[in-house]
Amino acid sequence: MSQKLKIAFYWAASCGGCEIAVLDINEKILDVVKIADIVFWPVAMDVKYKDVENMPDKYIDITFFNGSIRNSEQEHMAKLLRKKSKTLVAFGSCAHEGCIPGLANLNNRDEIFEQVYVKDKSNVNPKAVMPKTTTTVKEGTLKIPEFYDTVKTLGQTVDVDYYLPGCPPPVKLISNAIDAIAQGKLPPKGSVLAPLKAVCDECPRKRDNKKITKIYRVHEKAPDPDRCLMEQGIICMGFATRSGCGAQCLNVDMPCTGCGGATPNQPEVGAGMITALASILGIDKEPGQYTDEDVEKLMNQIKDPVGTFYMYSLPASILKRKVMKK
Amino acid sequence: MKEIVIDPITRLEGHGNVSIFLNDKGEVENAYLKIPELRGFEKFCIGRRAELMPQLTTRICGVCPVAHHFASVKALDAAFNVEPPSAAKKLRELMNCGYYIYDHTLHFYYLGGPDFIVGPDAPAEKRNILGVIEKAGLDVAKEVIKHRAYGQKITAIIGGKATHPVCAIPGGISKALSEENRQEIETLAKSSVEFAKFTLKIFHDLVLGNSKYLDLIKSDAYTMNTYYMGTVDAKNKVNFYDGKVRVVDPSGKEFLKFEPKDYLKHVGEHVEEWTYSKFPYLKKIGWKGFAYGPDSGVYRVGPLGRLNASDGMATPLAQAEYEVMYKTLGKPVHGTLAFHWARLIELLYAAERAVELAKDPEITSTNIRNKPGTPGEGIGIVEAARGTLIHHYTLDKDAMVKDVNMIVATTNNYPAICMSIRDAAKGLIHGGKVDQGILNKVEMAFRAYDPCFGCATHFAVGQMPLTVEVFDSNKQRIQTLQR
Repeated sequence: MSQKLKIAFYWAASCGGCEIAVLDINEKILDVVKIADIVFWPVAMDVKYKDVENMPDKYIDITFFNGSIRNSEQEHMAKLLRKKSKTLVAFGSCAHEGCIPGLANLNNRDEIFEQVYVKDKSNVNPKAVMPKTTTTVKEGTLKIPEFYDTVKTLGQTVDVDYYLPGCPPPVKLISNAIDAIAQGKLPPKGSVLAPLKAVCDECPRKRDNKKITKIYRVHEKAPDPDRCLMEQGIICMGFATRSGCGAQCLNVDMPCTGCGGATPNQPEVGAGMITALASILGIDKEPGQYTDEDVEKLMNQIKDPVGTFYMYSLPASILKRKVMKK
Repeated sequence: MKEIVIDPITRLEGHGNVSIFLNDKGEVENAYLKIPELRGFEKFCIGRRAELMPQLTTRICGVCPVAHHFASVKALDAAFNVEPPSAAKKLRELMNCGYYIYDHTLHFYYLGGPDFIVGPDAPAEKRNILGVIEKAGLDVAKEVIKHRAYGQKITAIIGGKATHPVCAIPGGISKALSEENRQEIETLAKSSVEFAKFTLKIFHDLVLGNSKYLDLIKSDAYTMNTYYMGTVDAKNKVNFYDGKVRVVDPSGKEFLKFEPKDYLKHVGEHVEEWTYSKFPYLKKIGWKGFAYGPDSGVYRVGPLGRLNASDGMATPLAQAEYEVMYKTLGKPVHGTLAFHWARLIELLYAAERAVELAKDPEITSTNIRNKPGTPGEGIGIVEAARGTLIHHYTLDKDAMVKDVNMIVATTNNYPAICMSIRDAAKGLIHGGKVDQGILNKVEMAFRAYDPCFGCATHFAVGQMPLTVEVFDSNKQRIQTLQR
């Protein structure tokens, strides 16, 4: 390679875990430095927003963008970095599908403000003061970005070239992506940079193709460490979730919750999971012997289906958000 | 009135932003640290399954997910009225030690430490991990990368994943520790003790051995007499995982000592219009604005808060270093830059405690979960690396979340951080004269807290690039500084 690649990292509405995942590649970061110059990384380097604005369009070869789009400032940066980058990678679950903070789409801005600034038990706020985008104080004017009603993924905001899934993306997937970039072997645009298999395919647990009649929550049952959790009645999203993580959560006897996003043949994790559940949930009685009530009783054992099946993917799902009354 | 805006990169970007206002004489009138982001966990966690809370709330902060994981599950233990078996508590504490090893190492070498190791007046491009490597040598860098990873490894072994672990369940922990894994953790922890001792030696040689730095630590611009808060054990020694919350007044005298369940009697949160984060304070004193001293309810948490609020450390090497710090600086220490020293004492404690726990015969016990009782209301408190962390949940009869309140680590320090920035600016900016060196030193005031507003929203994990704009009284920009 005659010239070094120009790479950028940016974060929007995220927790910082994706930045830590980049540090977790440890010595591999030296490989990155060998093939690339990091031209923009706000948490680690002194490159300013203005410098990015002054870059020619498509100046950056690859931008890794983590976090979802929650306010006006993040939307602005997503658009700017799209313009300045040849390739834009949605890095991690927030940018990919909206992740856990995307569950805020079950509420709107007013409801969130009401809870956080008024109802929260430790608040002492009798006048119900709430943040405003522009505030006049005695010395001058203070401005903060506008908080949107809806959390959006990066792909719903700008055109995205690749997705690196996971919360955070597993170190192995980050390393593989770096190698693919170094060798110029990136797959076709729009690809998810992860294996085509499901978490179940990486999980060593034994499956007996048993039907389940009762659903247990993780605190209600200590599972057999060698058998499939789903077949023991504990909802595990591994069926419908893309692998690449090495089934880490299963290693400590906890179910997959779906951070890797949907497997390639599914439109979305939630729909995939509901389909899978339909085939495994069973009733002891013979067909024709059970009533609608029996079926309903079984289904009612699944508490908070939205929060369970769309824990990481509500903004990207066909549901997107709760429809709010005007 | 002149206005200086210190922005991580610019006004449109980053996750925290400082506006400094000058009066007509060019002296600092006031400063504001604005937090431009909110995600609303307290709202969208309502309606979720209770047992998911330890995983949902880790996403508040990817730097300190372990602390949220355990504050959350302790709130659930209380809400389900279940006491985890002793081995489960020890495993949680051991994993929490792993998190401290990684997090305090990250801060000292990557984030805050470069100010001292490389020097506060060194050019910005040198004041980072690469500058540290240059000054301390490549062998040191290898040790740093290795031991940060060791901390993460301990968490991954017990928690399943290092970032966003999954092992906590109400009444215990999901998996017992195998003998093979126990041995590995013991090896990692023992190596971390040596690494912490070595790090303290660097701090002594480079920082304390330099009278200029010591003077800086003691200088007025970085001094603030406040209340201090931290969790202590039965002997008033620092404890990261469990105990009572102790508050000392600015003279160092015990002011409060309370059970986690009583936190609402003692801590309130004030709201301002110009920021998305709230301002906690001691209710007994009240919110008196951005003021310090015994008449203001502002308190500080985190490494210095914990050490000031305690009578010592529970492990021998950390205790010895604790004594050295207070012998050097007096007690309580009000110098904000002493947070760095306190952090390293805690790094040593975390490593020593991890060895103790890894050698505990009970740590591999398979008795790791007790059956939860009837769901209700519960409060859980742990010490996150950046300070006291409070989770408070109300559950309905089906163990679904009905109400959530959280006061997160860095948020406790938010009022104090605002004042530290204001005071550093006041002490360093005169006659409207602002240069790079002064801005670096203003920035040092808040970096000492290791602010992670991922906790409040989230803030820069690393060093913040600054743009400073100076406006004259007609709001015309007369000067722009960047670094």
